[in-house]
This record gives sequence, C-alpha cells and structure tokens, in this order.
Amino acid sequence: MDPSDHLFRREAGRMVATLTRIFGVHNLALAEDVVQDAFCRALEVWKFRGVPENPSAWLMATAKNRALDVLRRERTARTFAPELGRLLESEWTVVPAVQELFGANAIKDDLLRMMFSCCHPRLAEEAQVALVLHILCGLSVSEVASAFVSGGAAMEKRITRGKKVLAGSKRLFDIADAEDFAARLPAVHRALYLLFNEGYHGASSESAVRAELCREAMRLAALLREHPLAATPATFALSALMCLHAARLPARLDASGDLRSLFDQDRSRWDAHLVAAAEKLLDAAASGDELTDYHLEAAIAWVHTTAHRAEDTDWGTIVSLYDKLMVMRPSPVVALNRAIAVGQRDGPQRGLAELRAIAGSDRLAGYPFYHAALGEFEFRSGQPENAREYFVTALALARNPMERRFLEQRVSSCERGASSQRVAQ
Amino acid sequence: MSEFLYLYRGGVRGTSPEQIQNTMQKWMAWFKQLSEKGHITNMGHPLENAGKVVKGSKKTVTDGPFAEAKDIVGGYTLLEARDLDQAVELSKGCPIFEGEGTVEVRPIMQMNM
Repeated sequence: MDPSDHLFRREAGRMVATLTRIFGVHNLALAEDVVQDAFCRALEVWKFRGVPENPSAWLMATAKNRALDVLRRERTARTFAPELGRLLESEWTVVPAVQELFGANAIKDDLLRMMFSCCHPRLAEEAQVALVLHILCGLSVSEVASAFVSGGAAMEKRITRGKKVLAGSKRLFDIADAEDFAARLPAVHRALYLLFNEGYHGASSESAVRAELCREAMRLAALLREHPLAATPATFALSALMCLHAARLPARLDASGDLRSLFDQDRSRWDAHLVAAAEKLLDAAASGDELTDYHLEAAIAWVHTTAHRAEDTDWGTIVSLYDKLMVMRPSPVVALNRAIAVGQRDGPQRGLAELRAIAGSDRLAGYPFYHAALGEFEFRSGQPENAREYFVTALALARNPMERRFLEQRVSSCERGASSQRVAQ
Repeated sequence: MSEFLYLYRGGVRGTSPEQIQNTMQKWMAWFKQLSEKGHITNMGHPLENAGKVVKGSKKTVTDGPFAEAKDIVGGYTLLEARDLDQAVELSKGCPIFEGEGTVEVRPIMQMNM
C-alpha cells in the first residue's frame, strides 16, 4: 500500500456514515468506536498478513460484522435507527438488512445524509466545516485543528458540541424529502466552499495539508453532483470554481517553495485538465436560470484562466462580475478583490481610492493581504516608502512562513525602490 | 545462528485513521526489513485479546486473560539471530515502542546440547 494513499482516512467517512445510518444518529459515538475497532483489527492483521487484495472491502466487511455483533448484543439495551425499526430486531431480517445497507449505492446515500446532517442550522458555519472534516473526511480533532491553525482545545470543544447537536437531532437528515433537501443544500455548498477556501487561502503552513483540504472538498462536491436532487446549477458552479482554483495550485508555489501571486505565476503550470473539466461544469451550471455567487466567482476565475499572460487579463469583465458579486454577497473580502481589480483596470491611484473606500474595512485590519494590496498600489504609484510601511504591517500579520517570505520580498523590493529613487534625485 | 521469539505486548494505538495507517505501514516496513535480511523464520500471528484460560487439576475454564491492556500479548514472531544481543538490537526497530509497548525477546531452547 502506498503510504501517500490515505486509505483509512478515506474509508473512515464511509464507514461512520453507514454505521450511523444503522445505529441511529444518537449512537454516533458507538459508530465511531466500531470504526476505530475495525482500523485496529486491520492494523494487527495486515501487519502480519499483508494488505488484502481489496483493502476497502476488507474494512467494510469488518465494520459490517462488528455492526452485526453490536446489533445482536445490544438489541435489548439500546434503540437503533428508528426508521429501520423492526428490521434490525429479528435475526431473520437483520442480516439481509445490514447486507443491503452496506451496498455501494446505500453507502453513497449515507455519505450525503451525513454531509447534510453535519450542516445543521443550529451549528455555526465553522462548526459545520469542522464536523464534515472530522466525520466525513476522517481527520482527528488535532488534525482538524492544525488544518485551521486553531488551538486543539478550542477545536475539541467545537467538535464535541457539534457532535452533541448531531446526536441530539432525532434522526439523520432525510435526503428523500425534496423540499428539505433544497432548503439545506445552500448550507452544504457553503460548508464545502469554506472547506475548499481553507485549503486554498488558509493559514496552515503545510501545503500538503492544504492541498488535501481542497481535494476533500472536491471529492464531496463530486458526490453532490451524482445525486439527482443535488446536481443543481449551484452545485456545478461551485464545482467549477473549485476546479479552476485547483488548476492554479501547481503554480502557486515556485521551485523554491515561495508563494507566487496570480500576477507572476508561471501560467503554463496551470492544470489544463482541470480547466477543461471546469469548462464542462460551467456549461452544466448555465443549464438553469439560477445565478448564484458561485457562478460569479467561477466566472471570475475562468476569466483569469483565459489570459495567457497576466497583462492580457480582461479586468473590465472582472470588475463587472465583482460588482454583481457585491450585490449578491457583499463582504469586505469581496470588496477588497473588487478594489484590486479596479486598480488593475484604471491604475493604482483609483485602486488606492477604492481600497480606502471599502465599507467595513476595519474587518480587514487583521488580514495581511488588505495591507499588501495597499502596499502594492502605493508601490506602483511611485511611493515605495509608503508601500514599505504597508508591507511591514502585512508582514506582522502573516500567518505562515510562505506568506512571511512573500511579504519580506515585497518589503525589500520597496527598500530597493526607495534607495534607487534617492539615487535618482 | 540461534532462534528467538518476539512477544509483542501493549502499544497504544493511534487515535486517527491516518495515524493508525501510519503505524501499520511502519510495522510492515520493519517486518520487510527483517525478512530481507533473512532473520524471520516464522512471521507469527496477531492474537485476539479475549480468550479462555484453562487452569489447575480441575481444568477450570475462565474467560481471560483479562490482563491490563499493556500486558496482553498481542502477537509473536519467530526469528534467527547470531545471539541474544543481536536479537535485542534488531527488536529496537520495532514500531511498538512509539506507542509505549514492549517486545519480550526470548531465546528458544535448542535440542543439541
């Protein structure tokens, strides 16, 4: 088995989702114990006997047998999934019922059920994302905490509370109810969007961790696309958006591991397959009359990929897309990106004016790239000393070594710019 | 060359799927290395924790062994080494030590005096 193959992590979500379906959501902890137990068995047996031919099937079969043991042993002491009711009570029906619940299609539905259940309206968005990562993507609490650069104790609390809310809901989300499904879908989109963004823009310093968050978000989005009720234009737009950003991932870091801004990435390193996949998804996203913020963000990302060189970028179109996005989902970060686009289109002075005019810019005060954007436009306006100050502020806010190196380089460019100005005078 | 038995006891297991998988891969790498060097004569087996203990002249059967988790024998391997020192040295590569487990190294009694 290839060590980079995160088999256990991947299977964990499927196993917990299916076991929770059988045991009932109130027995989530029991489902987690059974999964843990199956992994420990695998550890013991495989290390002596080697990895079986179909490791996923082995794990699933082990989980299934354990589930049957638990159902038989605790039939009288516990109640299991109410919607399966009597099927699990009698020895005549329990085996075929569990057999069927472990079928491939049933498992796909279980994953969706769990995904929708994790996006419970009583939980804050961050808690929903943490739960998705923990339950469906198999990350331990400390792994989730390190992905989000959050304290382990705080994350532990967030996840424990999330699980309590989940276990306290009477049953898993009913994916057969079209109305509830449509009502919950936007929250699921949002959670996957945040999960992807955490991987793409997040604070964790380890690029491997971050790439994995992006991959997980894309994997879960693909699951949505396979379900008739979830394959909506918004789902396609969100998927397209993820593909377009993921296409740029290989160029975000250069050969020496330094962060490259969109403007000086080696665009030949963008992943053409992902761009092509995104274009198909964009077509599918345009199939209805629904226009979401994901459509707009995907369109912006797509306009960038059509420019072979940064200077060929169609900033006019990008600004107008940001204008629409500001109407649909106004936020300081969207305003920041819009201001940058205006500066690209109309020159650094206009960019500075737009940046300073952002409503609620105090909410950007802790975000390094707000100060970096101010620095960038000051620099281009021929004010390297002002620019330097902004980059120094940004540097103090940098969240990982990659950002730090990137901003340090900008600070030294400003210093070089300032000294060459003095020489010229 | 002499024959030895490794008895594996305890060893805290990883808490996340990823950690458990990593632990397993380390074990497999360790076994592979030992067998490539020709030390392993019998891979051995993992053992279930629960079983029965049969005891005394009355052959009383009880559930067991019910030792503490750290004392339960989890598996064994038979191997060949030059002497006890080498067998001990080889055991030090065992991933069980990352989880605070133990390896008991026992020479196997030989027929020829």
